[in-house]
Amino acid sequence: MLAYIARRIVYVIPIVISVALVCFLLVHITPGDPLVAVLPADASQELAAQLRAAYGFDRPLPVQFGLWLLRALHGDLGNSIATGRPVLAEVMRAVGNTVTLAIAAAIIGFTMGVLLGLIAGYFRETWIDKLATSFAIAGVSVPHYWLGMLLVIIFSVQLNWLPAVGAGPGGSSAWAWDWAHLQYLVLPAITTSVIPMGIVTRTVRALTGDILSQDFVEALRAKGLRETGVFRHVVKNAAPTALAVMGLQLGYMLGGSILIETVFSWPGSGFLLNSAIFQRDLPLLQGTILVLALFFVFLNLLVDIAQAAIDPRIKRG
Amino acid sequence: MSELPLSAMNEAALQAAPATKARGYWATVGRRIVRDKVSMACALVLIMIFLSAILAPWLGLEDPYKGSMIRRLRHIGTAGYPFGTDELGRDMLARLIYGGRLSLLIGILPVILAFVFGTSLGLVAGYVGGKLNTAIMRTVDVFYAFPSVLLAIAISGALGAGILNSIVALTIVFVPQITRVAESVTTGVRNMDFVEAARASGAGPFTIMRVHILGNVLGAIFVYATSLISVSMILAAGLSFLGLGTKPPEPEWGLMLNTLRTAIYVNPWVAALPGAMIFAVSICFNLLSDGLRSAMDIRN
Repeated sequence: MLAYIARRIVYVIPIVISVALVCFLLVHITPGDPLVAVLPADASQELAAQLRAAYGFDRPLPVQFGLWLLRALHGDLGNSIATGRPVLAEVMRAVGNTVTLAIAAAIIGFTMGVLLGLIAGYFRETWIDKLATSFAIAGVSVPHYWLGMLLVIIFSVQLNWLPAVGAGPGGSSAWAWDWAHLQYLVLPAITTSVIPMGIVTRTVRALTGDILSQDFVEALRAKGLRETGVFRHVVKNAAPTALAVMGLQLGYMLGGSILIETVFSWPGSGFLLNSAIFQRDLPLLQGTILVLALFFVFLNLLVDIAQAAIDPRIKRG
Repeated sequence: MSELPLSAMNEAALQAAPATKARGYWATVGRRIVRDKVSMACALVLIMIFLSAILAPWLGLEDPYKGSMIRRLRHIGTAGYPFGTDELGRDMLARLIYGGRLSLLIGILPVILAFVFGTSLGLVAGYVGGKLNTAIMRTVDVFYAFPSVLLAIAISGALGAGILNSIVALTIVFVPQITRVAESVTTGVRNMDFVEAARASGAGPFTIMRVHILGNVLGAIFVYATSLISVSMILAAGLSFLGLGTKPPEPEWGLMLNTLRTAIYVNPWVAALPGAMIFAVSICFNLLSDGLRSAMDIRN
């Protein structure tokens, strides 16, 4: 087990370096001068050269990457061009709000997904199964930004029950778990939850169906085990795979929240990424993507380790 | 016929046998999918949306670019504007139908491109193996370290707004996914006896890949690719929705959804229409892909 964990961690190192390289190169495939956002239009050649040297843009690319990586390892992702504040601080503050949203969405989506999946798997080929499956397919096919708009139209514009945008009193950095704030979380969380709901439903349904059709279930029933006991066996066998899928989905929610955060003006990392793109704030763009991708890599690592820990069948080969 | 030497007849039979069998498989798949009501309904909806998008200029619609200050945001069902008008007074019916042209193009083209590149890469990686396999598959792993929405937005955000850039970004997102599937099915087929037999009878690596392997893996890769179209449609429209894809005044569903967002307090249901189109195309492709998958799974 320990050897497996060690090997899995070692395997992550080249991935982390490559991810950093991709994030670094993103800025260099950008058309135009990276200084265009800070440089006044009538700046002299000398000023441009001075700034270029100050930001290190005049050195060869591999050197720039090395220096950037070294600074990044020390937690220095540079300063935002638009605000002048350190990128890492900006990103971490926004990530907190994204985590709040992702966890709320995960609670809704995973609970619904597991329930629907179990029911559909147990009642295969009945109308209950068909209903749950259509729900799941609708969940994975719906453009979630559009669903967000629909929910705003229904619950904010027509019924006036819930606020349409923002994160509540105090703005981006004053989140609290009270109703004054929570009511702002309801619609974005439901919107975020539909894709994981659909995917978890499909996974759990397939797993349940597979397990129920195996011989050992027949044997359990033959020896007179009650249906609740059989159910416990189903859950135990389905758990490792289902948990792995959920971990991956949590990662997608953290990294892919930009569209929903834009619809709801939710002050998270996606919203930050959006403003970085449109203000051409390249250090902020680079830093946000790097932090989100690293979150995803480490979440995957945790999922793999957790899966190996609970599933004795995983042979560490 | 009786003059035909026995060996020649055997040869003819040998050549004919696999051919009829292959036709038999696809004919069976075809029959099964035609019998599936859900798949056929989805195919019908998609054909209608495609045809209307292609034939848009000949359908006698209003000019999708011509606005009018005095007839902005008419409701659904207004005389002459069955789907109302948008925030600049342009006919929504015309814009929804014309919008299909760009939306379908930017949604489907990346998957087609990724299918071509990903299949080639995966086939080579799976067949050649060794160092080349390691190089290709480790590169693929790096792209798997990004959630696909984040990767698409990062690339098109860095490249800047534009249709071409968003197609490039989405193609880059899907190539690794298709490569992984293609590599794994190719590895599964590579060591089968018929490949060994082809090699023993002197076939070169390209002939083997093209004739013997491609035919056996293409079906699985194709089904996987069709399942990506739904995601691709949503992401492509999503990039336009963010302002990273199509530019105004082009009619495109994602962009229309974005510009109509300001109108949700005035005329919410007109504002929601473009999203319904994306949803319809996306769910139909998903269901069709599911139908195709189960039709190809002959064992059941």
